[in-house]
Amino acid sequence: MREALVNFALIALLPLVALGAQAAGETYVVTLAAKAAILALAGVGLNLALGVGGMVSLGHAAFFGIGGYAAGIAAHHVFAGTPVIGWPVTLEATDQMPLIWLAGVLAAGLAAAAIGAVSLRTQGVHFIMITLAFAQMVYYLGVSWKTYGGEDGLPIYLRNQFPGLDTGDGMQFFALAYACLLAGVALVWQVARSRFGQALAMARMNEARLAASGISPYPVRLVGFVLSGMVVALAGALFADLNGFAGPSMLSWHRSGEIMVLVILGGVGRLCGPLAGAMLFVALETLLGGLTDRWQLFLGLVLLGVVLFARGGLMGMLAGRARHG
Amino acid sequence: MAEPVLSLRGLSKSFGALKATDDVSLDLRAGEIHALIGPNGAGKSTLIGQIAGTIRADAGEVWLAGREITGHSVAARARAGLARSFQVSSLAMEIPARVNVRLAAQGRAGGSYRLWGSAARDAALAAAADAALVRVGLSARADIPVAELSHGERRLAEMACALALAPRAFLLDEPMAGLGGEGTARLTDLLADLRHEAPILLVEHDMDAVFRLADRISVLVYGRVILTGTPDEIRASQAVREAYLGEEA
Ligand SMILES: Nc1ncnc2c1ncn2[C@@H]1O[C@H](COP(=O)(O)OP(=O)(O)OP(=O)(O)O)[C@@H](O)[C@H]1O
Ligand SMILES: [Mg+2]
Repeated sequence: MREALVNFALIALLPLVALGAQAAGETYVVTLAAKAAILALAGVGLNLALGVGGMVSLGHAAFFGIGGYAAGIAAHHVFAGTPVIGWPVTLEATDQMPLIWLAGVLAAGLAAAAIGAVSLRTQGVHFIMITLAFAQMVYYLGVSWKTYGGEDGLPIYLRNQFPGLDTGDGMQFFALAYACLLAGVALVWQVARSRFGQALAMARMNEARLAASGISPYPVRLVGFVLSGMVVALAGALFADLNGFAGPSMLSWHRSGEIMVLVILGGVGRLCGPLAGAMLFVALETLLGGLTDRWQLFLGLVLLGVVLFARGGLMGMLAGRARHG
Repeated sequence: MAEPVLSLRGLSKSFGALKATDDVSLDLRAGEIHALIGPNGAGKSTLIGQIAGTIRADAGEVWLAGREITGHSVAARARAGLARSFQVSSLAMEIPARVNVRLAAQGRAGGSYRLWGSAARDAALAAAADAALVRVGLSARADIPVAELSHGERRLAEMACALALAPRAFLLDEPMAGLGGEGTARLTDLLADLRHEAPILLVEHDMDAVFRLADRISVLVYGRVILTGTPDEIRASQAVREAYLGEEA
């Protein structure tokens, strides 16, 4: 079980980095570790659609951004002391993350259901383009939403709260993000091994076989797409609180591409691939980004190398070929 | 007479100017093997496709156990009780036969939106998959990826998927192709038994197997059924000789 060992090592590595940095007084690195955990969570969510279900979505920034806006909007109203909705019923704002997450995840789930319902009628390149187009629509919605900052987005002056934690503390916020990552990994692991997960995987491998088995591919994919979007939304909410900002940049197709890149870097369809991918991504961004503005060029080269020479991504290199079944 | 399990009424399908299925009506009765023979390109697979739902008929109806299923999706037809094996095996290649078969058992059992539990550890699914694999004689090779199986073994894996669906009727498109002598003999025995569980519409080029197994035979030429009858009647028919058997003799 080499993959299990590698998974364990990857899962252990992140908190070790954070603890070590904290001990050395490098709080910036703790923030980076939190960022890696959050991006990994987004990757784990996307992997459910991409790796398990074979749905190459370039629209997941929409769900990431919806989660982010949930955090931003809540913080905005709490800060201003205004209700989220004043009429016809009053909905008071909350700074409690569990409630914010619930709202963001549900909203993203609805959006994913709508986007998926249309997009999943198509396949291949058409699917990629349609998910991209929908995400761009959501992006322009964000840009034009003047109430919430339009193209400037929303600052989050005070991080939202989690019961029993001081979320303003870097290490505690990391722990929270990391716990969410673990929950996301556990969720996707469980879904993949369930009856539903088996059907979803067959939708990727051989749709005709799935249908011949009496299971309709379309609704199976749709449910997988929605679950995937919901996990990504949680990552978006955390990301907004990490950066103290929610805005259209979270919704842009760059973000979709970035999440997909780290999944591919780590290894498509590998449970902990996004962890490896996100750590490498954040490391490259930090190290190369300090040297040159064109660090994305180097990221592109690394990606090219991984795709060409390490089929199966970092996990393919570390743990060998994927086991199926 | 009892109502047929599967009934085709006036099915027609054209590809452009080519009439691949031309007003085909035939019945599959409980307990029978109904063989569908005809030269290459006669339209046998196209007909199977219209019954299974992968191909939309231009006209005509498909009835299963007294219910019309013409407009139903492939999956709905499978749930209604049609198990189909493809002429060219259609399996997930990167996973073992056992997992392919288990999914068929899952389709039969339902619960495909269940998010909890482990499908691989589900005793009922495992037992159903195992029984099907034992019946086709593939148990020993069921745990390596399908990609590493021979063509004949893939035919058997596909057959096991059909068995695991516990259907009302089987649609088998050349199940013997590529099996070799021993495999063909084994599958012939299996099909002979199987007809008592659910009738079989059998497309097959192996005439020995067809004449040994079939209770009735329909001869398809240029999309039309030119004759349906017992094996003896088919053998005796001059028209069939000319249109089809003559080519081989
Ligand atoms: N999708 C399609 N588009 C156009 N023509 C088709 C299509 N599918 C089948 N045909 C044509 O319809 C005819 C019937 O094909 P079909 O595959 O049903 O024959 P068959 O009886 O199964 O032959 P074989 O014994 O070789 O399997 C052939 O002439 C074939 O070329
Ligand atoms: Mg054919």
